[in-house]
Parts: sequence; structure tokens; C-alpha cells
Amino acid sequence: MSTTQHQRDDWPLYEVFVRGKRGLNHVHVGSLHAADDRMALTHARDLYTRRNEGVSIWAVRSEHIAASTRDEKDPFFAPSADKVYRHPTFYDIPDDVPHI
Amino acid sequence: MSDDHVYLSLAEGHESGDERWAFGTGFEDPLYGVDTAVPDGVDTAELAASCLALGDDALVSTQRLAEWTTRAPELEEEVALANIGLDLLGQARLLYARCGQVDGTGRGEDAYAYFRDAEDFRPVRLAELPNGDFAFCVARLLVLSSWRLAHFHHLTASPDPVLAAIAAKGVKELTYHRQYAAEWVVRLGDGTEESHRRMRAALEQVGPYLDELFTAYDAQEEVAAVLRQVTQAAGLPFPAGQSLPGAGRDGDHTEHLALLLAELQSVARAHPEATW
Repeated sequence: MSTTQHQRDDWPLYEVFVRGKRGLNHVHVGSLHAADDRMALTHARDLYTRRNEGVSIWAVRSEHIAASTRDEKDPFFAPSADKVYRHPTFYDIPDDVPHI
Repeated sequence: MSDDHVYLSLAEGHESGDERWAFGTGFEDPLYGVDTAVPDGVDTAELAASCLALGDDALVSTQRLAEWTTRAPELEEEVALANIGLDLLGQARLLYARCGQVDGTGRGEDAYAYFRDAEDFRPVRLAELPNGDFAFCVARLLVLSSWRLAHFHHLTASPDPVLAAIAAKGVKELTYHRQYAAEWVVRLGDGTEESHRRMRAALEQVGPYLDELFTAYDAQEEVAAVLRQVTQAAGLPFPAGQSLPGAGRDGDHTEHLALLLAELQSVARAHPEATW
């Protein structure tokens, strides 16, 4: 058991992104372990698209994702909270312009 | 986009009704719009026998694959094997249903799966063998899916439109089964000393059953090409071995079939009118 567990831990973690039939972008659906990129794709296919959710899969090693940390929350995101002028709400939109 | 919940955004655009509860939507009926009348000139007895035999291969394989549930080496492989089994179960159901339409008995799919005895089944014997280890599982899957894929390719041109439609659906599924198995045979054959030894032993176990497959449907060329390519990439010898006399298609079975069916059929036979 301990040997199996050890080998399992050696399999790197992958993050899986699936593009749904009608979606415009890939969406993160979860993660999995796999020995290599190819196995990550087949595992993702078997785990995350078996209910017809997707038409395209991305799998990427979790360690290759650069992520912001909790500590950076304030310097990163708080400053934009009071910049209301960055929202394009000060324009008058003519009635005959669709899709806005 | 509703990015709050991943499956909501995946299911977006299917607002109507309860579809959204089954996250995947847009399912297709493989027989939609297919005329179920048997065309003139088709031998119905032969068609029924063909559907029955291919249905039996699929049902027996499904049961063996389902036995891996809770026992597979990795959770992901367990799901993968169950998915493959469910693909084959879907094929079995369609084939049994077609058999019932054309053999004159009007029986439903359950009658074929649950209420026939072992001597009336016609699966190839390779499908019946007990699971063994994971290496044997993928060796058997590689051979059976390659052979069935070649057979289904041929059947997409069947004069019976229903069988042709079932085959067209199956071709896509079997292509994935073959690919899944081939990747594992290469990975294990080209892996550690232990995995190589067990993969080699598994192919030796499969070898004697090859001729039986080619007697049932001659796809020797296609299957041999696949096996050559995969075994070369894996550094393994081509599976060979003295072929065994007899054939599952003629009703010669291993002793394992009756036990497999006893388990498969026990609930349906204990509660014959039950629905679920």
C-alpha cells in the first residue's frame, strides 16, 4: 500500500479545462494525476467529458500555472474597487445600437 | 457566461426543462430516422445470428470490464474501463433489440441478456476469460477492440440499415477503446522490468485465441497490422501460440461463461418482473 501510494504521489498533478459545445472559452473543471501529458488527456476525457460536456480539452501541469497568492489580494485587487470611472457607464448609448 | 459554476456554463444554452440536471446535453439517438424495416433480399436468420453473436461479445466484455470497478490500479483507470464497458453495453442493447425484431420472436433485449442459458450464448472465448491482471485486461482489450473495429467498419455497409447505423456508432467508440488499450500496452511493455514481463505474459495468453476471432470474422490483416505496430513500439514479441480448437460461435465455451452469466443474470431471474 505504501509503495502504491508513493508511486501515485510521483504522478504530477494536472489542471483540466474543457470547452463545452456552445461555450466560447475553456473552463476549468478540475484536476487529476497522470504520468504524462498524453495520459492526462485520456484521463480528462474519461473523467470530465463522459456526460457529453465538451468538444475540446486542455490539460496543463499545475506547476506550470503562475497564480496570484492570497497575500497579494489587497495590493492586486483592492485598488480597482473604487475606480468607478473605469467602467464605461458615463456614455449615453443611442437606442439603435444593438448588443450593448 | 455563468462562471460561478463550471457545469452551468458548460450547459449554458440548454435552458429548457430538466436537461440542465444532466450536465451533458444534446444526446443523439443513433437510430434516429433509421428505417427499421428489413430490406428485401436480406437473410433474416443470418442477420439475427450476426446481431446476437456481436451482442454476446459486447455483453460478456462489459461484465468483465465492470468487474474492474473498485479493483482497478487507479481511480482514473477504473472510470475509463467502466466507460468502455458502458459503450459496449450500449452496443449489446441495440444489437439484441435488432435481433428481436428480425428473428421472429419479438423478444426484447432483456430476454437475450438475462433469460438465455450459457449454451445459447455465442461469444468468442477470449471475451469470457477471467480478468487476470491489468496487463491481460489491456492485451485482451487491444485485440478485441481492433478485431471488432474492423468488423464494424465492414458492417457500416451492411444492407440492413439498422445494423449499419449501430456499426457506425460503434466505430467511434471502438476507435477510442483500441487507442486506450494500445497506449497502455506500449506503456507497460516499454516500462519497468516487471511491467514488461507481465505485458509479455498477457500477450502470450491472448495469442491462442486469435484464430478463433479470424474464423468468426476475417480481420487478420487489420488486427495483425495493429498488433505489429503496438508490439514494436512496446518492445514486445508479436502474440503467437498454438491456436485452440473449437469456437465460441459454435457454442464451445470455457467453463468461465456459465459462472459469469450466473452472476450477471441472478437479480433479473430472482425478480423477473422487476423494473428499475
